[in-house]
Amino acid sequence: MSAAVMSSAPTRSGPGLRLTLALFLTPVVLWLGLLIVLPHIDLLIMSFRMDPSFGDQGWSLENYHQFFAEPIYWLTFVRTAGYSVLVTLLTFLVSLPVAFYVTKVVARNTSRFLLTMLLLPFWVSELVRVYGWMILLRESGVLNHWLMALGITGAPVEMLYNDATMIMGLVYTSMLFMVVPLVSVLESLDDSLIEAACDLGAGPWTIMRTIVVPHCMPGIVSGGIVVFMLTLGNYLTPNLMGGKNSLWFTEQIYNQFIASFNWNQGAAFGFLLLALSSCIIWLGLRLTGQKLSRVVQ
Amino acid sequence: MIRSLPRSRGYTMGYGLYVTLYFVFLFAPLAVTCVLAFNDSQFPSLPWKGFTLDWFLADLPARTGIFHDRGNLSSIFTSAQTAILVSVLATLVGTCAAFLFEQEEFPLKGALYFLMLAPLVVPGVILGISILIAATTAGTFMEDVLGIDVGILRPGFWLVVLGQFSFITTFVTLVVSARLKKFDRTLEEAALNLGATRLEVIRYITLPFLRTAIIGAGAVAFLMSFENFNTTLFLVGSEPTLPINLYLQVRDGSTPVINAISFLLIVGTSLVACVNLYAGRRTEVSS
Repeated sequence: MSAAVMSSAPTRSGPGLRLTLALFLTPVVLWLGLLIVLPHIDLLIMSFRMDPSFGDQGWSLENYHQFFAEPIYWLTFVRTAGYSVLVTLLTFLVSLPVAFYVTKVVARNTSRFLLTMLLLPFWVSELVRVYGWMILLRESGVLNHWLMALGITGAPVEMLYNDATMIMGLVYTSMLFMVVPLVSVLESLDDSLIEAACDLGAGPWTIMRTIVVPHCMPGIVSGGIVVFMLTLGNYLTPNLMGGKNSLWFTEQIYNQFIASFNWNQGAAFGFLLLALSSCIIWLGLRLTGQKLSRVVQ
Repeated sequence: MIRSLPRSRGYTMGYGLYVTLYFVFLFAPLAVTCVLAFNDSQFPSLPWKGFTLDWFLADLPARTGIFHDRGNLSSIFTSAQTAILVSVLATLVGTCAAFLFEQEEFPLKGALYFLMLAPLVVPGVILGISILIAATTAGTFMEDVLGIDVGILRPGFWLVVLGQFSFITTFVTLVVSARLKKFDRTLEEAALNLGATRLEVIRYITLPFLRTAIIGAGAVAFLMSFENFNTTLFLVGSEPTLPINLYLQVRDGSTPVINAISFLLIVGTSLVACVNLYAGRRTEVSS
Protein backbone atom coordinates (compact mmCIF):
# COMPACT_ATOMS: atom_id res chain seq x y z
CA MET A 1 0.00 0.00 0.00
CA SER A 2 2.67 2.44 1.03
CA ALA A 3 4.67 1.78 -2.10
CA ALA A 4 1.73 2.79 -4.24
CA VAL A 5 1.26 5.92 -2.17
CA MET A 6 4.92 6.78 -2.28
CA SER A 7 5.32 6.49 -6.01
CA SER A 8 2.11 8.51 -6.31
CA ALA A 9 1.71 7.49 -9.92
CA PRO A 10 -1.42 9.17 -11.30
CA THR A 11 -2.90 5.89 -12.53
CA ARG A 12 -2.74 4.14 -9.18
CA SER A 13 -3.44 7.01 -6.82
CA GLY A 14 -6.51 7.22 -4.66
CA PRO A 15 -8.98 10.12 -4.52
CA GLY A 16 -6.98 11.75 -1.70
CA LEU A 17 -3.95 12.09 -3.90
CA ARG A 18 -5.95 13.54 -6.75
CA LEU A 19 -7.35 16.10 -4.34
CA THR A 20 -3.92 17.25 -3.10
CA LEU A 21 -2.60 17.39 -6.65
CA ALA A 22 -5.49 19.67 -7.63
CA LEU A 23 -5.00 21.71 -4.46
CA PHE A 24 -1.34 22.36 -5.23
CA LEU A 25 -1.62 22.59 -9.00
CA THR A 26 -4.43 25.16 -9.25
CA PRO A 27 -2.76 28.15 -7.56
CA VAL A 28 0.54 27.44 -9.29
CA VAL A 29 -1.04 27.23 -12.74
CA LEU A 30 -3.05 30.39 -12.09
CA TRP A 31 0.09 32.23 -10.94
CA LEU A 32 2.28 31.16 -13.86
CA GLY A 33 -0.45 31.31 -16.48
CA LEU A 34 -1.98 34.66 -15.62
CA LEU A 35 1.05 36.56 -14.35
CA ILE A 36 3.96 35.11 -16.35
CA VAL A 37 2.81 33.46 -19.60
CA LEU A 38 -0.10 35.68 -20.64
CA PRO A 39 1.64 39.03 -19.98
CA HIS A 40 4.68 38.02 -22.03
CA ILE A 41 2.52 36.85 -24.92
CA ASP A 42 0.69 40.16 -24.73
CA LEU A 43 4.05 41.99 -24.74
CA LEU A 44 5.06 40.15 -27.90
CA ILE A 45 1.73 40.85 -29.64
CA MET A 46 1.84 44.51 -28.68
CA SER A 47 5.32 44.91 -30.12
CA PHE A 48 4.08 43.78 -33.54
CA ARG A 49 1.24 46.32 -33.67
CA MET A 50 1.18 50.04 -34.34
CA ASP A 51 -0.05 52.81 -32.07
CA PRO A 52 -3.83 52.23 -32.03
CA SER A 53 -4.56 56.00 -31.97
CA PHE A 54 -3.94 55.98 -35.76
CA GLY A 55 -6.50 53.21 -36.21
CA ASP A 56 -5.89 49.48 -36.28
CA GLN A 57 -3.27 48.77 -38.91
CA GLY A 58 -2.83 45.04 -38.35
CA TRP A 59 0.54 43.36 -37.89
CA SER A 60 3.65 45.37 -38.53
CA LEU A 61 7.41 45.27 -38.04
CA GLU A 62 7.55 49.05 -37.83
CA ASN A 63 8.48 49.14 -34.14
CA TYR A 64 11.50 46.91 -34.74
CA HIS A 65 12.36 48.87 -37.87
CA GLN A 66 12.33 52.07 -35.79
CA PHE A 67 14.86 50.49 -33.44
CA PHE A 68 17.38 49.91 -36.21
CA ALA A 69 16.61 53.15 -38.06
CA GLU A 70 17.28 55.43 -35.09
CA PRO A 71 20.97 55.21 -34.04
CA ILE A 72 20.15 56.51 -30.54
CA TYR A 73 18.06 53.38 -29.89
CA TRP A 74 20.40 50.67 -31.05
CA LEU A 75 23.49 52.51 -29.82
CA THR A 76 21.97 52.62 -26.33
CA PHE A 77 21.18 48.91 -26.66
CA VAL A 78 24.75 48.01 -27.67
CA ARG A 79 26.25 50.27 -25.01
CA THR A 80 24.03 48.76 -22.32
CA ALA A 81 24.99 45.23 -23.37
CA GLY A 82 28.71 46.08 -23.55
CA TYR A 83 28.77 47.83 -20.20
CA SER A 84 26.85 44.94 -18.62
CA VAL A 85 29.55 42.52 -19.76
CA LEU A 86 32.21 44.88 -18.40
CA VAL A 87 30.40 45.19 -15.06
CA THR A 88 30.10 41.39 -14.81
CA LEU A 89 33.85 40.98 -15.43
CA LEU A 90 34.82 43.70 -12.96
CA THR A 91 32.47 42.29 -10.32
CA PHE A 92 34.13 38.89 -10.70
CA LEU A 93 37.64 40.34 -10.44
CA VAL A 94 36.75 42.36 -7.33
CA SER A 95 34.83 39.53 -5.61
CA LEU A 96 37.09 36.50 -6.15
CA PRO A 97 39.93 37.64 -3.84
CA VAL A 98 37.41 38.57 -1.14
CA ALA A 99 35.55 35.25 -1.40
CA PHE A 100 38.89 33.39 -1.30
CA TYR A 101 40.05 35.39 1.72
CA VAL A 102 36.86 34.76 3.66
CA THR A 103 36.73 31.01 2.97
CA LYS A 104 40.40 29.99 2.83
CA VAL A 105 42.78 32.55 4.32
CA VAL A 106 41.21 33.94 7.47
CA ALA A 107 40.77 31.88 10.67
CA ARG A 108 37.58 29.80 10.70
CA ASN A 109 35.69 31.60 13.46
CA THR A 110 36.43 35.01 11.91
CA SER A 111 35.24 33.65 8.59
CA ARG A 112 31.61 33.30 9.80
CA PHE A 113 31.59 36.86 11.07
CA LEU A 114 33.17 38.31 7.91
CA LEU A 115 30.64 36.48 5.77
CA THR A 116 27.74 37.99 7.70
CA MET A 117 29.32 41.43 7.32
CA LEU A 118 29.70 40.85 3.57
CA LEU A 119 25.98 40.10 3.21
CA LEU A 120 24.60 42.76 5.52
CA PRO A 121 24.71 45.84 3.22
CA PHE A 122 22.78 44.01 0.53
CA TRP A 123 19.70 43.61 2.67
CA VAL A 124 19.37 47.37 2.52
CA SER A 125 17.40 48.81 -0.39
CA GLU A 126 19.39 49.57 -3.53
CA LEU A 127 18.01 53.09 -3.43
CA VAL A 128 19.59 53.78 -0.04
CA ARG A 129 22.95 52.48 -1.26
CA VAL A 130 22.86 54.62 -4.40
CA TYR A 131 21.82 57.62 -2.31
CA GLY A 132 24.84 56.99 -0.07
CA TRP A 133 27.16 57.14 -3.08
CA MET A 134 25.46 60.32 -4.28
CA ILE A 135 26.06 62.21 -1.06
CA LEU A 136 29.65 60.92 -1.00
CA LEU A 137 30.59 61.81 -4.56
CA ARG A 138 28.60 64.84 -5.67
CA GLU A 139 30.07 68.31 -6.06
CA SER A 140 28.96 69.35 -2.59
CA GLY A 141 29.59 65.83 -1.29
CA VAL A 142 31.54 64.43 1.61
CA LEU A 143 34.56 63.31 -0.42
CA ASN A 144 34.99 66.76 -1.97
CA HIS A 145 34.73 68.33 1.47
CA TRP A 146 37.60 66.18 2.70
CA LEU A 147 39.72 66.63 -0.41
CA MET A 148 39.44 70.40 -0.06
CA ALA A 149 40.07 70.31 3.68
CA LEU A 150 43.26 68.35 3.02
CA GLY A 151 44.22 70.82 0.31
CA ILE A 152 44.38 68.19 -2.43
CA THR A 153 41.97 70.07 -4.66
CA GLY A 154 41.27 73.79 -4.65
CA ALA A 155 37.76 73.64 -6.07
CA PRO A 156 35.13 70.89 -5.79
CA VAL A 157 35.27 68.24 -8.50
CA GLU A 158 32.05 66.71 -9.82
CA MET A 159 32.59 62.97 -9.46
CA LEU A 160 29.00 61.95 -10.05
CA TYR A 161 27.19 61.77 -13.39
CA ASN A 162 29.77 60.06 -15.58
CA ASP A 163 30.26 56.57 -17.00
CA ALA A 164 33.07 55.52 -14.67
CA THR A 165 31.04 56.34 -11.55
CA MET A 166 28.01 54.59 -12.99
CA ILE A 167 30.10 51.44 -13.64
CA MET A 168 31.43 51.62 -10.09
CA GLY A 169 27.88 51.92 -8.76
CA LEU A 170 26.71 48.94 -10.81
CA VAL A 171 29.65 46.82 -9.59
CA TYR A 172 28.84 47.83 -6.02
CA THR A 173 25.18 46.86 -6.45
CA SER A 174 26.06 43.48 -7.98
CA MET A 175 28.89 42.28 -5.75
CA LEU A 176 26.73 40.21 -3.42
CA PHE A 177 25.38 38.09 -6.26
CA MET A 178 28.94 37.16 -7.19
CA VAL A 179 30.36 36.74 -3.68
CA VAL A 180 27.68 34.32 -2.45
CA PRO A 181 28.02 31.67 -5.21
CA LEU A 182 31.83 32.02 -5.12
CA VAL A 183 31.90 31.45 -1.36
CA SER A 184 29.71 28.37 -1.68
CA VAL A 185 31.90 26.72 -4.36
CA LEU A 186 35.09 27.69 -2.54
CA GLU A 187 33.80 26.05 0.62
CA SER A 188 33.58 22.76 -1.27
CA LEU A 189 37.19 23.04 -2.49
CA ASP A 190 39.40 20.69 -0.48
CA ASP A 191 42.32 22.60 1.09
CA SER A 192 44.61 19.62 0.61
CA LEU A 193 44.53 20.13 -3.17
CA ILE A 194 46.06 23.57 -2.70
CA GLU A 195 48.54 22.22 -0.14
CA ALA A 196 49.62 19.45 -2.51
CA ALA A 197 50.10 21.90 -5.36
CA CYS A 198 52.14 24.14 -3.09
CA ASP A 199 54.33 21.20 -1.97
CA LEU A 200 54.96 20.34 -5.59
CA GLY A 201 56.26 23.83 -6.17
CA ALA A 202 53.36 25.71 -7.74
CA GLY A 203 53.23 29.45 -7.15
CA PRO A 204 50.05 31.30 -6.08
CA TRP A 205 49.34 32.36 -9.63
CA THR A 206 49.54 28.79 -10.98
CA ILE A 207 47.36 27.50 -8.15
CA MET A 208 44.76 30.15 -8.89
CA ARG A 209 44.73 29.37 -12.60
CA THR A 210 44.87 25.58 -12.54
CA ILE A 211 43.01 24.67 -9.33
CA VAL A 212 40.88 27.44 -7.86
CA VAL A 213 39.29 28.92 -10.99
CA PRO A 214 38.44 25.58 -12.67
CA HIS A 215 36.88 24.33 -9.43
CA CYS A 216 34.88 27.56 -9.08
CA MET A 217 33.48 27.49 -12.61
CA PRO A 218 29.87 26.58 -11.61
CA GLY A 219 29.82 29.44 -9.10
CA ILE A 220 31.41 31.84 -11.56
CA VAL A 221 28.77 31.02 -14.18
CA SER A 222 25.80 31.30 -11.87
CA GLY A 223 27.14 34.52 -10.34
CA GLY A 224 27.95 35.89 -13.77
CA ILE A 225 24.48 35.16 -15.12
CA VAL A 226 22.71 36.80 -12.19
CA VAL A 227 25.00 39.85 -12.21
CA PHE A 228 24.65 40.29 -15.96
CA MET A 229 20.88 40.04 -15.86
CA LEU A 230 20.49 42.41 -12.92
CA THR A 231 22.87 44.95 -14.47
CA LEU A 232 21.14 44.82 -17.84
CA GLY A 233 17.77 45.37 -16.18
CA ASN A 234 18.93 48.00 -13.71
CA TYR A 235 17.20 51.37 -13.83
CA LEU A 236 18.06 53.17 -10.58
CA THR A 237 21.85 53.21 -10.71
CA PRO A 238 22.32 54.42 -14.31
CA ASN A 239 19.50 56.90 -13.85
CA LEU A 240 20.81 58.45 -10.63
CA MET A 241 24.59 58.05 -11.06
CA GLY A 242 25.05 58.23 -14.82
CA GLY A 243 25.39 61.49 -16.73
CA LYS A 244 23.43 62.92 -19.64
CA ASN A 245 25.25 60.61 -22.03
CA SER A 246 25.01 57.45 -19.91
CA LEU A 247 21.55 56.49 -21.09
CA TRP A 248 20.66 52.89 -20.18
CA PHE A 249 18.29 50.82 -22.30
CA THR A 250 15.79 50.44 -19.46
CA GLU A 251 15.53 54.25 -19.45
CA GLN A 252 14.61 54.12 -23.15
CA ILE A 253 11.83 51.67 -22.28
CA TYR A 254 10.65 53.91 -19.46
CA ASN A 255 10.66 56.94 -21.76
CA GLN A 256 8.55 55.14 -24.36
CA PHE A 257 6.03 54.01 -21.76
CA ILE A 258 5.74 56.98 -19.46
CA ALA A 259 6.98 60.02 -21.40
CA SER A 260 6.07 59.34 -25.07
CA PHE A 261 3.20 57.03 -24.16
CA ASN A 262 4.11 54.86 -27.14
CA TRP A 263 3.50 51.45 -25.57
CA ASN A 264 3.96 49.54 -28.80
CA GLN A 265 7.46 50.92 -29.30
CA GLY A 266 8.20 50.29 -25.62
CA ALA A 267 6.96 46.70 -25.92
CA ALA A 268 9.33 46.11 -28.84
CA PHE A 269 12.23 47.50 -26.78
CA GLY A 270 11.22 45.36 -23.84
CA PHE A 271 11.12 42.27 -25.98
CA LEU A 272 14.56 43.03 -27.44
CA LEU A 273 16.00 43.39 -23.93
CA LEU A 274 14.36 40.13 -22.86
CA ALA A 275 15.73 38.37 -25.96
CA LEU A 276 19.24 39.69 -25.28
CA SER A 277 19.25 38.62 -21.65
CA SER A 278 17.82 35.17 -22.49
CA CYS A 279 20.43 34.69 -25.24
CA ILE A 280 23.35 35.55 -22.99
CA ILE A 281 22.05 33.32 -20.20
CA TRP A 282 21.51 30.44 -22.64
CA LEU A 283 25.00 30.98 -24.06
CA GLY A 284 26.56 31.02 -20.61
CA LEU A 285 24.81 27.79 -19.66
CA ARG A 286 25.65 26.18 -22.97
CA LEU A 287 29.36 27.06 -22.89
CA THR A 288 29.77 25.54 -19.46
CA GLY A 289 27.28 22.69 -19.91
CA GLN A 290 25.10 23.58 -16.92
CA LYS A 291 21.37 23.49 -16.31
CA LEU A 292 19.34 26.51 -15.23
CA SER A 293 17.76 24.58 -12.39
CA ARG A 294 21.19 23.81 -10.94
CA VAL A 295 22.52 27.32 -11.36
CA VAL A 296 19.70 28.98 -9.42
CA GLN A 297 20.03 26.74 -6.37
CA MET B 1 48.48 30.90 0.29
CA ILE B 2 45.82 29.47 2.60
CA ARG B 3 45.53 29.29 6.37
CA SER B 4 47.37 25.95 6.66
CA LEU B 5 50.36 27.07 4.61
CA PRO B 6 53.20 29.43 5.53
CA ARG B 7 52.78 32.83 3.92
CA SER B 8 55.21 35.62 3.18
CA ARG B 9 54.76 38.81 5.15
CA GLY B 10 54.15 40.90 2.05
CA TYR B 11 51.42 38.55 0.88
CA THR B 12 49.60 38.63 4.22
CA MET B 13 49.79 42.40 4.52
CA GLY B 14 48.89 43.09 0.91
CA TYR B 15 45.92 40.76 1.05
CA GLY B 16 44.76 42.15 4.39
CA LEU B 17 44.95 45.67 2.97
CA TYR B 18 42.85 44.70 -0.06
CA VAL B 19 40.13 43.13 2.06
CA THR B 20 40.12 46.12 4.44
CA LEU B 21 39.69 48.47 1.47
CA TYR B 22 36.89 46.27 0.17
CA PHE B 23 35.02 46.53 3.46
CA VAL B 24 35.52 50.31 3.54
CA PHE B 25 34.10 50.45 -0.01
CA LEU B 26 31.22 48.25 1.12
CA PHE B 27 30.21 50.27 4.17
CA ALA B 28 31.22 53.83 3.23
CA PRO B 29 27.94 54.87 1.56
CA LEU B 30 25.82 53.39 4.36
CA ALA B 31 27.95 54.89 7.14
CA VAL B 32 27.92 58.36 5.56
CA THR B 33 24.14 58.21 5.07
CA CYS B 34 23.57 57.26 8.70
CA VAL B 35 25.93 59.87 10.14
CA LEU B 36 24.46 62.72 8.10
CA ALA B 37 20.97 61.88 9.36
CA PHE B 38 22.07 63.51 12.64
CA ASN B 39 23.77 66.59 11.16
CA ASP B 40 22.24 69.93 12.11
CA SER B 41 22.19 71.26 8.53
CA GLN B 42 19.60 71.91 5.81
CA PHE B 43 21.51 69.74 3.32
CA PRO B 44 22.76 66.16 3.51
CA SER B 45 26.41 67.23 3.30
CA LEU B 46 29.38 68.30 5.41
CA PRO B 47 30.53 70.43 7.26
CA TRP B 48 29.34 68.96 10.52
CA LYS B 49 27.20 71.56 12.29
CA GLY B 50 26.36 69.64 15.44
CA PHE B 51 24.19 66.75 16.50
CA THR B 52 20.42 66.95 16.10
CA LEU B 53 17.39 64.69 16.07
CA ASP B 54 15.42 67.26 14.02
CA TRP B 55 15.30 65.04 10.95
CA PHE B 56 13.40 62.48 12.98
CA LEU B 57 11.31 64.54 15.38
CA ALA B 58 11.01 68.18 14.28
CA ASP B 59 7.76 69.67 13.03
CA LEU B 60 8.90 73.14 11.96
CA PRO B 61 8.16 75.06 8.74
CA ALA B 62 11.77 74.70 7.53
CA ARG B 63 12.33 71.21 8.89
CA THR B 64 9.96 68.31 8.91
CA GLY B 65 11.29 65.21 10.61
CA ILE B 66 10.26 61.81 9.32
CA PHE B 67 7.73 61.24 12.11
CA HIS B 68 5.77 64.32 10.93
CA ASP B 69 6.35 63.98 7.19
CA ARG B 70 2.90 63.09 5.80
CA GLY B 71 4.04 62.14 2.27
CA ASN B 72 6.79 59.81 3.38
CA LEU B 73 4.79 58.32 6.24
CA SER B 74 1.91 57.44 3.94
CA SER B 75 4.31 55.86 1.42
CA ILE B 76 5.82 53.78 4.24
CA PHE B 77 2.30 52.71 5.13
CA THR B 78 1.52 51.80 1.49
CA SER B 79 4.76 49.81 1.26
CA ALA B 80 4.01 47.96 4.49
CA GLN B 81 0.49 47.06 3.31
CA THR B 82 1.84 45.88 -0.04
CA ALA B 83 4.64 43.88 1.57
CA ILE B 84 2.32 42.14 4.06
CA LEU B 85 -0.12 41.15 1.34
CA VAL B 86 2.62 40.05 -1.07
CA SER B 87 4.48 38.01 1.54
CA VAL B 88 1.32 36.21 2.68
CA LEU B 89 0.22 35.44 -0.90
CA ALA B 90 3.71 34.46 -2.04
CA THR B 91 4.21 32.21 0.98
CA LEU B 92 0.90 30.42 0.41
CA VAL B 93 1.38 29.86 -3.32
CA GLY B 94 5.13 29.24 -2.98
CA THR B 95 4.53 26.50 -0.41
CA CYS B 96 1.93 24.90 -2.71
CA ALA B 97 4.47 25.05 -5.54
CA ALA B 98 7.16 23.45 -3.37
CA PHE B 99 4.82 20.54 -2.54
CA LEU B 100 3.79 20.29 -6.18
CA PHE B 101 7.33 20.04 -7.54
CA GLU B 102 8.80 17.94 -4.74
CA GLN B 103 6.01 15.46 -3.97
CA GLU B 104 3.58 15.22 -6.89
CA GLU B 105 3.92 13.64 -10.30
CA PHE B 106 1.97 14.93 -13.29
CA PRO B 107 2.43 15.37 -17.04
CA LEU B 108 4.51 18.34 -18.22
CA LYS B 109 6.07 18.76 -14.77
CA GLY B 110 9.44 19.68 -16.30
CA ALA B 111 7.92 22.43 -18.44
CA LEU B 112 6.02 23.90 -15.51
CA TYR B 113 9.17 23.81 -13.36
CA PHE B 114 11.03 25.71 -16.05
CA LEU B 115 8.24 28.32 -16.15
CA MET B 116 8.42 28.63 -12.38
CA LEU B 117 12.13 29.54 -12.69
CA ALA B 118 11.51 32.05 -15.50
CA PRO B 119 10.89 35.09 -13.23
CA LEU B 120 14.49 34.73 -12.02
CA VAL B 121 15.88 35.49 -15.46
CA VAL B 122 13.32 38.04 -16.64
CA PRO B 123 14.50 41.58 -15.79
CA GLY B 124 12.14 43.30 -13.33
CA VAL B 125 11.45 46.14 -15.74
CA ILE B 126 10.19 43.70 -18.39
CA LEU B 127 7.98 41.94 -15.85
CA GLY B 128 6.54 45.34 -14.92
CA ILE B 129 5.71 46.39 -18.47
CA SER B 130 4.25 43.01 -19.47
CA ILE B 131 1.93 42.95 -16.48
CA LEU B 132 0.97 46.57 -17.16
CA ILE B 133 0.16 45.71 -20.78
CA ALA B 134 -1.76 42.54 -19.92
CA ALA B 135 -3.79 44.28 -17.20
CA THR B 136 -4.65 47.13 -19.56
CA THR B 137 -5.67 44.69 -22.30
CA ALA B 138 -7.84 42.78 -19.84
CA GLY B 139 -9.33 46.02 -18.50
CA THR B 140 -10.19 47.29 -21.99
CA PHE B 141 -11.72 43.93 -22.83
CA MET B 142 -13.88 43.97 -19.70
CA GLU B 143 -15.06 47.47 -20.44
CA ASP B 144 -15.73 47.01 -24.18
CA VAL B 145 -17.26 43.55 -24.12
CA LEU B 146 -18.83 43.19 -20.68
CA GLY B 147 -19.32 46.84 -19.84
CA ILE B 148 -17.70 46.53 -16.39
CA ASP B 149 -15.03 48.91 -15.19
CA VAL B 150 -12.49 46.88 -13.21
CA GLY B 151 -10.42 49.26 -11.10
CA ILE B 152 -7.96 46.56 -10.02
CA LEU B 153 -6.60 46.38 -13.56
CA ARG B 154 -5.49 50.02 -13.63
CA PRO B 155 -2.05 50.97 -12.28
CA GLY B 156 -2.30 51.17 -8.50
CA PHE B 157 -2.07 49.20 -5.28
CA TRP B 158 -3.44 45.88 -6.54
CA LEU B 159 -1.39 45.83 -9.71
CA VAL B 160 1.76 46.48 -7.66
CA VAL B 161 0.81 43.55 -5.41
CA LEU B 162 0.29 41.26 -8.42
CA GLY B 163 3.52 42.37 -10.08
CA GLN B 164 5.66 41.79 -7.00
CA PHE B 165 3.90 38.54 -6.18
CA SER B 166 4.65 37.19 -9.66
CA PHE B 167 8.41 36.97 -9.08
CA ILE B 168 8.73 36.84 -5.27
CA THR B 169 6.76 33.55 -5.24
CA THR B 170 9.63 31.91 -7.15
CA PHE B 171 12.05 32.73 -4.33
CA VAL B 172 9.67 31.35 -1.72
CA THR B 173 9.25 28.17 -3.79
CA LEU B 174 13.01 27.64 -4.01
CA VAL B 175 13.57 28.21 -0.27
CA VAL B 176 10.72 25.91 0.82
CA SER B 177 11.67 23.25 -1.79
CA ALA B 178 15.23 23.18 -0.48
CA ARG B 179 13.92 22.34 2.98
CA LEU B 180 11.34 19.86 1.69
CA LYS B 181 14.12 17.94 -0.10
CA LYS B 182 15.63 17.11 3.29
CA PHE B 183 12.36 15.68 4.61
CA ASP B 184 12.42 12.00 5.46
CA ARG B 185 9.47 10.58 3.56
CA THR B 186 9.31 7.39 5.60
CA LEU B 187 7.65 9.55 8.30
CA GLU B 188 4.78 10.22 5.89
CA GLU B 189 4.65 6.59 4.97
CA ALA B 190 4.32 5.62 8.62
CA ALA B 191 1.49 8.08 9.17
CA LEU B 192 -0.32 6.85 6.05
CA ASN B 193 0.04 3.25 7.25
CA LEU B 194 -1.46 4.27 10.58
CA GLY B 195 -4.52 5.55 8.77
CA ALA B 196 -3.92 9.28 8.31
CA THR B 197 -5.14 10.88 5.09
CA ARG B 198 -2.74 12.73 2.83
CA LEU B 199 -4.04 16.13 4.01
CA GLU B 200 -3.65 15.12 7.66
CA VAL B 201 -0.06 14.07 6.96
CA ILE B 202 0.69 17.47 5.46
CA ARG B 203 -1.09 19.32 8.26
CA TYR B 204 0.47 17.45 11.20
CA ILE B 205 3.81 16.22 9.90
CA THR B 206 5.17 18.01 6.85
CA LEU B 207 4.09 21.59 7.61
CA PRO B 208 5.54 21.62 11.17
CA PHE B 209 8.80 20.33 9.65
CA LEU B 210 8.77 23.21 7.13
CA ARG B 211 7.76 25.89 9.63
CA THR B 212 11.09 27.70 10.01
CA ALA B 213 11.74 27.62 6.26
CA ILE B 214 8.29 29.07 5.56
CA ILE B 215 8.69 31.84 8.13
CA GLY B 216 12.16 32.65 6.80
CA ALA B 217 10.90 32.74 3.22
CA GLY B 218 8.02 34.98 4.32
CA ALA B 219 10.46 37.43 5.94
CA VAL B 220 12.62 37.55 2.81
CA ALA B 221 9.49 38.02 0.69
CA PHE B 222 8.46 40.93 2.91
CA LEU B 223 11.84 42.61 2.48
CA MET B 224 11.94 42.01 -1.28
CA SER B 225 8.49 43.51 -1.66
CA PHE B 226 9.22 46.44 0.63
CA GLU B 227 12.33 47.35 -1.35
CA ASN B 228 11.21 46.54 -4.87
CA PHE B 229 11.71 49.32 -7.37
CA ASN B 230 12.02 48.03 -10.96
CA THR B 231 8.72 46.18 -11.28
CA THR B 232 6.79 48.64 -9.12
CA LEU B 233 7.95 51.64 -11.19
CA PHE B 234 5.60 50.74 -14.04
CA LEU B 235 2.62 49.58 -11.99
CA VAL B 236 2.38 52.30 -9.40
CA GLY B 237 -0.67 54.56 -9.37
CA SER B 238 -1.42 57.62 -7.26
CA GLU B 239 -0.16 56.01 -4.03
CA PRO B 240 3.63 55.64 -4.37
CA THR B 241 5.45 52.97 -2.37
CA LEU B 242 8.43 54.07 -0.28
CA PRO B 243 11.17 53.25 -2.84
CA ILE B 244 9.31 55.15 -5.57
CA ASN B 245 8.67 58.11 -3.29
CA LEU B 246 12.33 58.15 -2.15
CA TYR B 247 13.51 57.93 -5.74
CA LEU B 248 11.55 61.04 -6.72
CA GLN B 249 12.96 62.96 -3.77
CA VAL B 250 16.54 61.78 -4.33
CA ARG B 251 16.37 62.68 -8.01
CA ASP B 252 15.06 66.18 -7.37
CA GLY B 253 17.20 66.84 -4.28
CA SER B 254 15.91 66.94 -0.74
CA THR B 255 16.66 67.55 2.92
CA PRO B 256 18.39 65.07 5.26
CA VAL B 257 14.98 63.59 6.03
CA ILE B 258 15.96 61.00 3.38
CA ASN B 259 18.97 60.14 5.54
CA ALA B 260 16.69 59.70 8.53
CA ILE B 261 14.46 57.29 6.56
CA SER B 262 17.55 55.46 5.25
CA PHE B 263 18.89 55.18 8.79
CA LEU B 264 15.63 53.58 9.96
CA LEU B 265 15.63 51.26 6.94
CA ILE B 266 19.24 50.21 7.53
CA VAL B 267 18.60 49.48 11.21
CA GLY B 268 15.31 47.70 10.45
CA THR B 269 16.62 45.50 7.65
CA SER B 270 19.78 44.64 9.59
CA LEU B 271 17.64 43.42 12.46
CA VAL B 272 15.46 41.27 10.17
CA ALA B 273 18.60 39.97 8.45
CA CYS B 274 20.28 39.04 11.73
CA VAL B 275 17.18 37.27 13.05
CA ASN B 276 16.88 35.42 9.75
CA LEU B 277 20.54 34.36 9.74
CA TYR B 278 20.34 33.29 13.37
CA ALA B 279 17.15 31.27 12.79
CA GLY B 280 18.66 29.75 9.64
CA ARG B 281 21.74 28.61 11.53
CA ARG B 282 19.64 27.06 14.28
CA THR B 283 17.69 25.06 11.70
CA GLU B 284 20.96 23.90 10.15
CA VAL B 285 22.21 22.69 13.50
CA SER B 286 19.00 20.94 14.49
CA SER B 287 18.47 19.11 11.20
